[in-house]
Amino acid sequence: MDVTTTNYNRCSVIKTSGRIDGSNAPEFGKVLKELTESGIFNLVFDMSEVTFMASAGWWILIDTQKTCKKTNRGELVLVKVDKAIKDSLNLVGMSSYFKTFEDMTAAVGSF
Amino acid sequence: MVKKPFPGQFGSLAEISAYIIQAGKQAGLDESQIYEVQLAVDEAATNIIEHAYRHTENGIIEVSYEILPNGLKVIMIDQGETFNPDIVPEPLFTTDIESVKPRGLGLYIMRKVMDEVSFEFKTGDGNILTMVKYNNKK
Repeated sequence: MDVTTTNYNRCSVIKTSGRIDGSNAPEFGKVLKELTESGIFNLVFDMSEVTFMASAGWWILIDTQKTCKKTNRGELVLVKVDKAIKDSLNLVGMSSYFKTFEDMTAAVGSF
Repeated sequence: MVKKPFPGQFGSLAEISAYIIQAGKQAGLDESQIYEVQLAVDEAATNIIEHAYRHTENGIIEVSYEILPNGLKVIMIDQGETFNPDIVPEPLFTTDIESVKPRGLGLYIMRKVMDEVSFEFKTGDGNILTMVKYNNKK
């Protein structure tokens, strides 16, 4: 699984592509944990190339959001979420945990 | 009824998804409905791998489907440990993210996105999960 991280002044952008499921969610979680453990709590997840997200992936994001939001030190936001993925997030009732943006400039600019 | 066995391992998840996506297309489901079936089947397979087979190496997940006049029926059979779906707790979604609990999310998602979900546990036949998605309603 390829995960790229781009650091900006006020936040870091994480990007991966394809499926996030039980097979690779732990690896994805490791990358996010490394970021938060290094003190980066303003995160943008670029989901423009993510085609599928299982619950294993959502729990990684929920867990990361908990870490980022602790003592109001930051936040994880999502950008360019595929419509079907967004619909499933709404249906399950987890959409309120993440701010979503349609374009990268707005997402990075939110910090 | 079209039937295919898959190794009960995480490495099979993408292949199971691809198999079920083409079934959804054959059944005339729209893109959103196909995604929901893919999600339910992936969650079910993940539960089988993690809980029924507990990551043992030689478990098989048999996935079959039937094109219905108004949708798609998917049947997933494993020979792993049984469980009682009625006592699996629902995940807890609270306004405060700190209190959110991940338990039982897979089963919860399956019930949310599919129109029918039922389990049968038969000695000799294995654990049989049947799920139906109709193409005339969300």
